[in-house]
Amino acid sequence: MKLVTAIVRPERVNDVLEALYRAEISGVSITRIQGHGGELERVENYRGTSVQMVLADKTRFEVAVSDGFLETTIEALCTGARTGEVGDGKIFVTELERVVRIRTGETDDAAVTPERRV
Amino acid sequence: MTGIDTGDTAWILMATALVLLMTPALGLFYAGLVREKNTLNTFMMCLAAFAVAGVSWAAIGYSLAFDGDGALVGGLDHAFLAGVDFAPREGQTIPHLLFFAFQGTFCILTVALVGGAVVERMRFVPFLAFAALWSILVYPVLAHWVFGGGWLAARGTLDFAGGVPVEMGSGFSALAAALVVGARKDYGRQALIGHNAMFVLVGAGLLWFGWLGFNGGSGLGINQAGILAFVNTVLCPCATLVVWFLLDYLRGRQVTAVGAATAIIVGAVAITPAGGFISPGWALALGGVAALPCYFAIQWRPRTRVDETLDVLAAHGIAGLTGMLFIGVVASVSWNGVADGLIYGNADLLLDQALAVLVAPLYAFGATFLLLRGIALVTPLRGSETEEAQGMDIIHHGEEAYPTGEGALLFRTEPTRREEPASV
Repeated sequence: MKLVTAIVRPERVNDVLEALYRAEISGVSITRIQGHGGELERVENYRGTSVQMVLADKTRFEVAVSDGFLETTIEALCTGARTGEVGDGKIFVTELERVVRIRTGETDDAAVTPERRV
Repeated sequence: MTGIDTGDTAWILMATALVLLMTPALGLFYAGLVREKNTLNTFMMCLAAFAVAGVSWAAIGYSLAFDGDGALVGGLDHAFLAGVDFAPREGQTIPHLLFFAFQGTFCILTVALVGGAVVERMRFVPFLAFAALWSILVYPVLAHWVFGGGWLAARGTLDFAGGVPVEMGSGFSALAAALVVGARKDYGRQALIGHNAMFVLVGAGLLWFGWLGFNGGSGLGINQAGILAFVNTVLCPCATLVVWFLLDYLRGRQVTAVGAATAIIVGAVAITPAGGFISPGWALALGGVAALPCYFAIQWRPRTRVDETLDVLAAHGIAGLTGMLFIGVVASVSWNGVADGLIYGNADLLLDQALAVLVAPLYAFGATFLLLRGIALVTPLRGSETEEAQGMDIIHHGEEAYPTGEGALLFRTEPTRREEPASV
């Protein structure tokens, strides 16, 4: 199994969810984060104080999938999150050692978005 | 100051302050209904009304509305406050200057109301241009028709505190503005919901409070009509709340808070034209009646392609229209000393009210439509999809409503200038 972590623009969150839904990926959690990935820093002004906002708001998606589902997931995340401008975000894939579904006690592949049924 | 009544003047000073409060209250109400990233921009559209309409009213708007008794529009003799001083206007007991300021707060509020149709996407500078022109070309004309001795007033159409210029004027202009500016990105595809229901509730409460000056002050003194309007403004929204609760409960077995805030606005709007003309009992009835068309308009509108975002048409246009017609049915001389309505044997009044309800929306819609089309020839009304996605606050104001402060570095050079989009 793999854990797919994607950092995306907050304004693309609904598009990413839609793409994941279309790809029949059912389990996902998101977190609002702040990050910096090489995009232009913007300047804001509060009365006399000008500040350079180094960190931009981002949203982190975490999706645990079985190996066979990995490419579909990555594809869906890219489709949903891409605008073509700097700051679209990144996807990190890491190996998962063990997964347990708390409700049923199912483990590993049975506990994540299942292998694609061909 | 000869001819001045101190009691009347004291109350209208207070009422002017109350109406002034309604514009920032509306800012709060509107800001709660938009997404986080557009909070400041939405509030700023309301504050902008002070900047443009406050000045244009002194320069020319007041004169166009209240100078002379031309049928369609007033004259220019009061332009730049000429002849507006401490002596009262004919038939009034408060200083002319105070009357000017009281009416000015109405114009400012109405301009802010129209902004509700185009929040979350219209560029700020074109909005300023629109608001300035609208406050000269639309509001004063409608105000003249019913308050300044224009053709509707001459026919006998009754409008106590602004059903024509404020409520129908803003509501039908909002529809035109929404059509010209177009729907928000992702409208109808994704749920675009408000970010702070508490702002909406507090805003509605402050609006109601201010409305007591708006309607209660429209008697221009301490008199029966003013007192009646004040009390009716207390009663009418209460009845609207009752019916709104019922409709909400029947529809989803839940009574919503944002719905309640909307009901308060709808009730106060409905009583605005009718305040000084109908009995308190009929005011309660009006509150209940007005809830019906407005409730269904608000349920139906988001299912259409018309992104009239904050439902100014439903909450103001439709409610104001209901109030205008209601006067024609239930007005009674024993309460208002002016005219009876249909149920007291006078059908003519209803015809005059119906005429206003037909013509005022047409003028507001048509003038706003042409005005915005004209501005669009000079400069684009909205920015790119990317800008809209980032939010109006960062793009047009360089601020956020809720900055975290994390990752914010002190910056010592001049702020950068954003590139303007190319004209289309």
